[in-house]
Amino acid sequence: MLDNLPLILSSLAAGVPPTVFAAVGGIALTIALSAVAGLALLSRHRAVRAVSRVYVEFFRGTSEVVQLFWIFFVLPALVGYQIVPLAAGIVVLGLNHGAYGAEIVRGAVRSVPRAQYDACTALSLSPWDRMRRVVLPQAVVEMLPSFTNLFIQLLKSTALLSLVVVDEIVRRGQLLVPNLGVGEKLTIYLVELLLYLGLAVLVTSGMRLLERRAAARVGRPPTAARSGFATGVAM
Amino acid sequence: MPVEPMVVLDGVHKRYGDTAVLSGLDLRVERGEHVTLIGPSGSGKTTILRLLMGLEAVDAGTIHVGGRCLTHMRRRGAVVPADEKHARAVRRTIGMVFQQFNLFPNMTVLGNLIEAPVRVLGMSEAEATRRAAELLELVGLTDKTHERPTRLSGGQQQRVAIARALAMRPEVLLLDEVTSALDPELVAGVLRLLRLIGESSDITILCVTHEIGFARDFADRVLMFDGGSIVEDGPPERLLVEPRVPRTKEFLAAVLEGR
Ligand SMILES: Nc1ncnc2c1ncn2[C@@H]1O[C@H](COP(=O)(O)OP(=O)(O)O)[C@@H](O)[C@H]1O
Ligand SMILES: [Mg+2]
Repeated sequence: MLDNLPLILSSLAAGVPPTVFAAVGGIALTIALSAVAGLALLSRHRAVRAVSRVYVEFFRGTSEVVQLFWIFFVLPALVGYQIVPLAAGIVVLGLNHGAYGAEIVRGAVRSVPRAQYDACTALSLSPWDRMRRVVLPQAVVEMLPSFTNLFIQLLKSTALLSLVVVDEIVRRGQLLVPNLGVGEKLTIYLVELLLYLGLAVLVTSGMRLLERRAAARVGRPPTAARSGFATGVAM
Repeated sequence: MPVEPMVVLDGVHKRYGDTAVLSGLDLRVERGEHVTLIGPSGSGKTTILRLLMGLEAVDAGTIHVGGRCLTHMRRRGAVVPADEKHARAVRRTIGMVFQQFNLFPNMTVLGNLIEAPVRVLGMSEAEATRRAAELLELVGLTDKTHERPTRLSGGQQQRVAIARALAMRPEVLLLDEVTSALDPELVAGVLRLLRLIGESSDITILCVTHEIGFARDFADRVLMFDGGSIVEDGPPERLLVEPRVPRTKEFLAAVLEGR
């Protein structure tokens, strides 16, 4: 059984770059869509709010797998152009998680106390400066922990791309499975678990760093410290 | 020579839902005058300051500040409620300090002080920084220039908030119970600063406070509020010492007893 270990490892490792690529692309698109759609949900204009609301509800309310099939199989038939599997995957991951991210952005912006808006008004700051210089910097601190969760979910969702033949971790594993015995299958799935776990730990550590920095910028102990791990920042 | 009052409220009505807070309030404050508003909680003192600051809109009546109408504007000959832009232009001459300081936690003390002068008044960053340094010296916090507001004591935060309001060179300054959220030992420092500002500038000041001793030597005039109306209006040395209205007497007795 261990004879095949090098093959299993090298084969699954080759799936890591596409997985990482899909995750990074998906995260980038998620950030952009979350910001745009999240702020649109708070717009003064009803039509803008409505468009964003439809986007959020549609992508939260429909299956990611079905969306993936649409973009990969149906859309090309309609427009006569086959989209690269990895690109299709990134688009679906981004659209989906952007819908959740929009709600995170909206909630975080709304959590900034009314008193901060009052202070901006008293200083005659324009609504644009108020958003850019006061509200968003504080809202970002609030939204980061939720985005950490969202990005980890996105990372795990990259496994869906195996369905549209992206050679990521899971598909590499599936290609090996038919020729191997039970023990080796077990090894494959174990390695897959560990690979995702490792990547998730990377995402979490990166985000923790950001969370800590952002919290320091508003003079607050980071989330972890608030729940008990003291850092000695006086409130 | 008659000089136009700095602040004029004419028949101002304000209600929140079913609660009528102000029903036809009239008030004038002269240029450079220091007016202290006293009265029980819920009598509408904060509401008046918030209306003046443009944080709330009047339901009826008008407010003029420095001769300009805050609540209404002319559009094609007709008088219509002020839009955001008009209100912002008039508000520029008014500053406010809040009970809870409301500093921007995402900026340093210096950042708090230069933000509006740079963005709103179009001051250069160098000039705004120079002015901020003067103000921090005035409020005695030069050594905190690069600190985060959350690392300061309440008294220090409130002094920064006062400096931040002054950085906009307001003609009218609104102070809403600026010492009420402070620990007792920090109150005196803030009051001393306000006295200093009152003596060394010609800013018109409306100040809500429960510090009767402070009101006595700071104010030119004291207004006693109850249920949204001014029940007594007079110089502090008279009103605070020999109130004529029973309601004022009761209120002063209650405040003095509570100390
Ligand atoms: N945003 C609001 N919504 C509803 N009611 C309010 C609001 N602000 C003030 N009030 C009510 O208006 C009345 C006057 O309040 P306020 O002006 O804050 O009084 P004061 O500052 O004298 O204590 C109170 O009855 C208060 O409950
Ligand atoms: Mg009040």
